[in-house]
Amino acid sequence: MSGTRALLEVQDLQIDIVSAKHRHNVVENVSFTIDHGETFGLVGESGCGKSITALAMIGLLRSPLVISSGSIRFRDRELRGLPERELRKLRGNRIAMIFQEPMTALNPVSPVGRQIAEMFVLHQGATWHEAERKAVEALASVQVPAPEQRVKSYPHEMSGGMRQRIMIAIALACKPDLLIADEPTTALDVTVQAEILKLMKELCSARGTAVLMISHDLGVIAKMCRNVGIMYAGHLVEQRPVEAIFRSPSHPYTNGLLNSLPRLGSRGIHGRKRLQEITGVVPSISAFPAGCRFQPRCERASALCATTQPDQADLGDEGYVRCFHHG
Amino acid sequence: MGLRLNLVLGGTLCLIVIVAAVLAPWLTPLSPVMDADLMNAELPPSAEFWFGTDAQGRDVFTRILYGARVSLTVGIGSQLINTTIGLILGISAGYFGGWWDDLVNGLTNLMLSVPSLIFALAIMAVLGPGLSSLLIALGLTNWSWTCRIARSSTLSLKSQSYVQAAKTLGYSDFRIMLTQILPNIVGPVLVIATLGMGDAILAEAALSFLGLGIQPPQPSWGNMLTDARELIAIAPWVAIFPGLAIFMTVLGLNLFGDGLRDWLDPHMRTRPV
Repeated sequence: MSGTRALLEVQDLQIDIVSAKHRHNVVENVSFTIDHGETFGLVGESGCGKSITALAMIGLLRSPLVISSGSIRFRDRELRGLPERELRKLRGNRIAMIFQEPMTALNPVSPVGRQIAEMFVLHQGATWHEAERKAVEALASVQVPAPEQRVKSYPHEMSGGMRQRIMIAIALACKPDLLIADEPTTALDVTVQAEILKLMKELCSARGTAVLMISHDLGVIAKMCRNVGIMYAGHLVEQRPVEAIFRSPSHPYTNGLLNSLPRLGSRGIHGRKRLQEITGVVPSISAFPAGCRFQPRCERASALCATTQPDQADLGDEGYVRCFHHG
Repeated sequence: MGLRLNLVLGGTLCLIVIVAAVLAPWLTPLSPVMDADLMNAELPPSAEFWFGTDAQGRDVFTRILYGARVSLTVGIGSQLINTTIGLILGISAGYFGGWWDDLVNGLTNLMLSVPSLIFALAIMAVLGPGLSSLLIALGLTNWSWTCRIARSSTLSLKSQSYVQAAKTLGYSDFRIMLTQILPNIVGPVLVIATLGMGDAILAEAALSFLGLGIQPPQPSWGNMLTDARELIAIAPWVAIFPGLAIFMTVLGLNLFGDGLRDWLDPHMRTRPV
């Protein structure tokens, strides 16, 4: 095995919604790589294709969504077109996922210890006895107090933060190579959010687990990630190291996102300054513009933008942007 | 709160019937069939014959004890078959959808549109009377409600995040149905199963009453009622006691089913945290 290659390589991924009459593009030309142990951030507003991209990676897109072209290589193995049986061995074992809603992502009629233990039984062929013992250890590792008693608790007896810890314990049970975290802290309040992020960061770096962090919260991304991809309407418009994005955003959409964040002490000469918003709304999937998809909302748009899709422009800091007028 | 009143009361009634059925030979010295004694026919309840005697002078108490065996076997056996069929069809239809769902739905509607007793009657007519044909007839005709509930619950559970999460964790379809969906519908299905047990016991009584179930002289609560039909004016106890036995058993099962549902729901169970 070549240890030098990236853990995950997504190349020119294209995902479409296909019905009998129509074919609408949802995700197009998405490429990114994640190295072993790296945390990669995927940012964008709701409906821009972040979660769909993540589901495509573990082969869980369901009709009418289909991967039309591109490749997804995980540990030098093409995942696209892999039979369901092989994919199942990867899911939860090598690639795990945690979700946004800790309140509903656990089975309400099963004690949490059993839900963790099931991962060991499922993927490591452990006996239930062994698995239950390992579940206690897993609970302890996510810093749940009194894990011996807590394994017998039902999800409804726990708080949101606790449940998200359980989800992390389940996801990391088999020491996966890649953890997909789909807005893992969106449903939690800010203090719990910080604890959960810290926990994830510690556990993943201790185990060498790479993370694909999906979020619309730039604060979370800044705290966690090394590289960031910004998605807009199914296009990866800018992809760069995290410091570069925050220091000198290149794509007008990234710029707009950063400008729409409130900052402490950001007052103008005449007192309060109005937050800058990005005008307009995300176009619907059936009405994506022909050229650059951000062009109708863009201040820098020119005639060229309306007709031609911009190619990747290298920015010299291992990053690129898709914009004719980047700056 | 510990055990619930429903559970205790229903459980006690059911337990009485089970004890009666299992221990029948030890609870009464008489035989339900052989000890006919025309000299003692149609005697009212007394110290010797607790529930009186019937037209052939057989002890009604003894016959009810032995009849409990038939009722329990039919009730439990047919519901096991019904519930298994209903769960397998309902969960798979809800989970997989598509043409399989359409097929199962059509079959369910067909079963619901024909009264199940008529259906059972037709099967009995083909198979002939007897305990095993009763089990088959009642076991194949009463699964439509279980199937419907299982299917509709599965449909709503399928979109729950924990079922979706299970997929991302590498669960197979079968494992998802077994560990994520089945435990979540056990409650309602169990209630239907216990209610259905009562129905099956009533249906057995009805079929035996019509002469298609358990054949005389073997006692069942249903054919005891048939025999009692002509005596209802002169020896009402011959009809009243089998009727009471059916009533108590069905009531016990219903209460027990209700209590069980509450007890199985982890939200209803309060434990110190």
